[in-house]
Amino acid sequence: MPNTMETDVTRPAGTPQAPSTPKSDFIKVSGFNFFYGKKQALFDINMEIPERQVTAFIGPSGCGKSTLLRNFNRMNDLIDGTRHEGDITIGGRSIYDPKIEIISLRRSIGMVFQKSNPFPKSIYENIVYSLRIAGQRNRRVLDEAVERSLRGAALWDEVKDRLNESALGLSGGQMQRLCIARAIANNPEVLLMDEPCSALDPIATAKVEELIHALKKDFTIVIVTHNMQQATRCSDHTAFFYLGKLIEFDATQKIFSNPSQKKTEDYITGRFG
Amino acid sequence: MTTLQEQRPAVPNSGPRPTRRLPDLFRILCWVAAIATVATLAWLIGEIVRQSWPAISKFGFSFVSEAKWIPSRDQFGVLPFIVGTALSSLIALLLAFPLGLAIAIFLSEDFLPLPVRQVVRFTVEMLAAIPSVVYGLWGIVVLVPMMNEFGRWAVKAFKGVPVLDTLFHAPAYGNSLLTASLVLALMILPTLTAISRSALVAVPATLREGSYALGATRWETIFRVLLPTAAPGVVAATILALGRAMGETMAVAMLIGNSPRLTFSLVSPSGTLASLLANQFGEASDLQINALMYAALLLMALTLFVNIAGELVLRYTQRRTAGIR
Repeated sequence: MPNTMETDVTRPAGTPQAPSTPKSDFIKVSGFNFFYGKKQALFDINMEIPERQVTAFIGPSGCGKSTLLRNFNRMNDLIDGTRHEGDITIGGRSIYDPKIEIISLRRSIGMVFQKSNPFPKSIYENIVYSLRIAGQRNRRVLDEAVERSLRGAALWDEVKDRLNESALGLSGGQMQRLCIARAIANNPEVLLMDEPCSALDPIATAKVEELIHALKKDFTIVIVTHNMQQATRCSDHTAFFYLGKLIEFDATQKIFSNPSQKKTEDYITGRFG
Repeated sequence: MTTLQEQRPAVPNSGPRPTRRLPDLFRILCWVAAIATVATLAWLIGEIVRQSWPAISKFGFSFVSEAKWIPSRDQFGVLPFIVGTALSSLIALLLAFPLGLAIAIFLSEDFLPLPVRQVVRFTVEMLAAIPSVVYGLWGIVVLVPMMNEFGRWAVKAFKGVPVLDTLFHAPAYGNSLLTASLVLALMILPTLTAISRSALVAVPATLREGSYALGATRWETIFRVLLPTAAPGVVAATILALGRAMGETMAVAMLIGNSPRLTFSLVSPSGTLASLLANQFGEASDLQINALMYAALLLMALTLFVNIAGELVLRYTQRRTAGIR
């Protein structure tokens, strides 16, 4: 397990974000096709996702937006019989580069799921999970990561007195913010969110949306959402997918006020989907 | 609306509520069955207590603490059999637990294609379908000669070594505590595997995904997330397997050597409460019958206690996993 640290060709855990100017093509998808067995789910996707901004993926169910998101950290590799064509680069490096270990790739990309999935461990142990599997044993480093991540996820004040209690005792909204805290504990570069609010009530949703807004100064965020208000509220760029194709990708304001494609307009005005 | 009204007359016309009679009968039958079950259990316990009463009043607690079992002199103490029961079931558990858990992990992961896993799963679960007496016969034919050799070798090899000298002490025979434990291990393997496997399979897939997404390997995911989440189920499996091992009779009676001598030597003949009952009840008379009934009461109390504990842990598991979903 320690050797994964040495072969970590991306950024070592714990390094602060480089203060350089944000790249406009931090995540670059080129000529990307994706297949579940014989069924093609994504068709020739080309897009450039800018660094430290929020990009929303919208589109009707089954349009491929989650599939693309789950390719960024190669979660789709867990499914049998999937294959891809084309390439995705993150920070200029191909995620399919055989020199990059999938483990270190996933370590540099945080992911938040549709349904909150805290481990049946204490709040503290949930947060430090990624650090522990990376071999971090230094109590001070772990404590620091817990406070920083929980503050980052706006959860610190609510749970600081019960860090050693089970994470399963939290409310639904708190659990989802805990999962966000867990995802950013190892200082990833990218934060992927797959419909993070779909199981939350409006108040908890508002909290998570505020959080997304605050987190984008440190992380490149890609969020899949079914909620178009959510996309307008918290994203800078919006990509509209339909039947596995990227129909339109532009500034969120432009997409929702003056889309250039007829299909996009039909979707955002609720004529289908 | 019209279709409803068309259908409605069919019921009142067919007589004064004829459908009521069947549910009533069914309910009475259910009550009878339920009461009969409870009554049978009460009868069973009551009869054993009644029959063992002379022995209970004569020996009291010394029955449990004394190591003498001499029917001809009316001396009865079941300590050797309690030790034998505890040792044989614990050793069986020690042997079966790692194997059972490993198989459960193997069957709940996708190391092999599904059809292969299903064959393995079916085979392990089939072990539970083999009659106890067949295990006993197999033990006599295959294990006893092997263990005879092993016992003699072990006694010589560990002579003078602390602890091991006690565990492998003369006289060594093929029919021994260890032989019975080996067969018991095989017999409880399906229980351990099946319940542990279902506990592992019940871990929500979202936890597995969450772990992978944080950069964990498959093994880290198994050991840090899946096993801890399934732990109560695995504990329940272990306790239920222990209960089964403690109560198992036929195979043990055929293999353990049935000696009433108190021994901690694994390669020597020993006895369990269950094997004692199976061996002696047929030819027992007078006070010996009462003593055997007392032993039966003890065995029942022990296995009941273990099974209730297992059931409670299992329920706790289900509540816990329900909290995660």
